[in-house]
Amino acid sequence: MSAPRIQISGLRKVYGSGDRAVVALDGVDLAVAPGEIHGVVGRSGAGKSTLIRCLTLLERPTSGSVVVDGVDLSTLSEQRLRTARRAIGLVFQHVNLLDSRTIAANVAYPLEIAGVGRSERRRRAAELLDLVGLGDRADAYPAQLSGGQRQRVGIARALAAEPAVLLCDEPTSALDGETTRQILALVRELRDRLGISVIVITHEMAVVRQVCDTVTLLDGGRVAQHGAVRDVVADHGSRLARELIPVPELPVGAERSLLEVSFDDARTPVREVLAVLAGLGAGVQVAAGAVEQIAGRGVGRFQLDVPAAERDQVTTALRAAGLTTTEATR
Amino acid sequence: MSWWQELISNPVIQQKFPEATLETVYMVGISGILTGLLGVPLGLLLHASSTGGLTPNRPVNAVVGFVANIIRSMPFLILMIALIPFTRLVVGTTLQWQAAVVPLTIGAVPFYARLVETAVRDVNPGKVEAARVMGATRLNIVRHVLLREALPALVSSYTVTVIALLGYSAMAGVIGAGGLGALAISYGYQRFDNGVMFACVVVLVVLVVVVQAVGDHLARRLDHR
Repeated sequence: MSAPRIQISGLRKVYGSGDRAVVALDGVDLAVAPGEIHGVVGRSGAGKSTLIRCLTLLERPTSGSVVVDGVDLSTLSEQRLRTARRAIGLVFQHVNLLDSRTIAANVAYPLEIAGVGRSERRRRAAELLDLVGLGDRADAYPAQLSGGQRQRVGIARALAAEPAVLLCDEPTSALDGETTRQILALVRELRDRLGISVIVITHEMAVVRQVCDTVTLLDGGRVAQHGAVRDVVADHGSRLARELIPVPELPVGAERSLLEVSFDDARTPVREVLAVLAGLGAGVQVAAGAVEQIAGRGVGRFQLDVPAAERDQVTTALRAAGLTTTEATR
Repeated sequence: MSWWQELISNPVIQQKFPEATLETVYMVGISGILTGLLGVPLGLLLHASSTGGLTPNRPVNAVVGFVANIIRSMPFLILMIALIPFTRLVVGTTLQWQAAVVPLTIGAVPFYARLVETAVRDVNPGKVEAARVMGATRLNIVRHVLLREALPALVSSYTVTVIALLGYSAMAGVIGAGGLGALAISYGYQRFDNGVMFACVVVLVVLVVVVQAVGDHLARRLDHR
């Protein structure tokens, strides 16, 4: 394993003081390896936005460190920080392009701030716009582009100063499904081509399913679960596994139990799972189920509606077939 | 004799009207330029010193805001008379259009500064944040983001300010500044010369229409949203 591109240790952020203090981040640790796409998920108020603001040092952490490419940003003066921030390219939910500039000038703006000469800026902007598939729109203004195209410009701009890390703050939350898929495919392609590390902050589990290699679940300012996506989905009953493979909430009848079964086709192929389920007898119904392709393999969850009397017998049969099962909590 | 021939053969119109028009244009032009030069930095200062601005500074914001409010709350006629000693100190006289530039500018600067403040405040804070993350200095942010993104609004509110100045300039005519206002009062009103009154009104309307048209055109050209 190479050294992480980003290493966050013991990050705390407290707003206000005394009785009115609000702890937004309560000791968050997180590491992202070079070329890794890391998802940070959590509900509103879990600390995702604060994490972004502390990562870019738009807010000073109360304690803890943010090390990007070997430099601890949290210790730098405002002046040094201006240069050090170039190691992070930030992609915003609402893109935040300058409406008064053409998209080429928007992409070139970070270089202009960095003091790069005009002809070099123009060359880089053209190159970056080609990279995101907008080479022919260089002279258009942001208002003339669609939401997805604007986000492509936002990504090109974030890459302009050749950052080590691309930080995406809800990059697709304002986009429709198809555009979301295209933008995520672009992020993945850029990672493959440039070897850049990516952090995607999102509340959409679909984003994690589609692009992330590793994932962190934030809850109440703490890391509730983290790991490689393929491991967390295989972690039967864990919060991320439930949220990444969602099945509908169901009512359970009297004298019946709901059993939750999860599988991973690396161990048990889907057709074997179905065969096992079919052999459980007439009293057992599949109440809900979902199969997803995540991190290159098929993972799934089923909820079985089972007569209470047969519960133990069914559980034993499922375990014998190599499936993980628990009684669903209701 | 038609009304038109009567109008252009009127000795007041022949002798005083062109000069009065020029006086109005000069008085509004010079005070307009000064208002722009002083109002933009003052508006930026009001915004930058406010909470959430680039360099929050409560005392500066409170003092500048208070002075601006005092001046803006005073009717222009009273402000002008109150400023007579100051005008004499600066220009050496309280007559002629040159003297009127002082109260006109002082009256219009806080007005425009507030409009500048509003225009700059309307620039999406996300754009400022984006520039900060890219490593922009405060000066970068003021020049490339705040001023440039607010430019269409700055031009529109400048248009409003110049038109307000035209109105004030007519009032300044009452206390000896000359211009179309003075002509309209002394000939049109006090000597019942309707022809002069009519000519003054027409020229003022034309000036307002031209200023508004130029302002609108510029604002539209600059706005790429």
